[in-house]
Amino acid sequence: MKILVQQEDFDVSLEIKALSKNPSIGAVASFVGVVREVAMTLEHYPGMTENSIKKIAEEARSRWQVADCTVIHRYGDLQPGDQIVLVAAASAHRGDAFAACEFIMDYLKTRAPFWKKEHAAGGSRWVEAKASDDDAAERWQLRQGSTKP
Amino acid sequence: MKVTVRFFASVKEQLGRELEEIELPAGISTVGGLRAHLRARGGRWAEVLAETRRVTAAVNQDMVKPGAAIRPGDEVAFFPPVTGG
Repeated sequence: MKILVQQEDFDVSLEIKALSKNPSIGAVASFVGVVREVAMTLEHYPGMTENSIKKIAEEARSRWQVADCTVIHRYGDLQPGDQIVLVAAASAHRGDAFAACEFIMDYLKTRAPFWKKEHAAGGSRWVEAKASDDDAAERWQLRQGSTKP
Repeated sequence: MKVTVRFFASVKEQLGRELEEIELPAGISTVGGLRAHLRARGGRWAEVLAETRRVTAAVNQDMVKPGAAIRPGDEVAFFPPVTGG
């Protein structure tokens, strides 16, 4: 399991290659979040951020057959088109890999202490949390580790 | 008891404070109690930590509910709902 919170960019292809080395793996599902339209600064809570992502990844591994996973989240100043986050989950089969990847992403959105501040032409503003993100995380409580809805 | 209180993002900006060590009066033993104690400072504190505002708390870097206990030496943090990912 690899959890990194860093300012630097990451190379998705290298990360997926690293996960694929394990011979028991038949599937790697990945998600990349990208900055849309407006430049932003990402603040985080050092220490808590890493620990909360680790807990989320461990929860995913207890629900699905996940051989390994990688989560990299950036902080600091980011421009439109920059990568923000990578979640990659590796498993023997695609169902578990897809589910674990989506679960980690949904939980990260509501549990990991990051805050986005957007810098538009008219000024800077903190991004408001979305209720739809809470709903996305909430629905996993009903699914109880099943890869089927 | 003495605790360390940290603030992040919009809460930090609006309070103009990032970190402080507070000696709590006897009788304050929960996160909600601490928040009310800070709110009682009035002005910006009353506004930013108002009950109607969505402020999340963490104790020793774990998100908690307002009823969560605090102990001497704890690190308590207040911040807005998270927006990462």
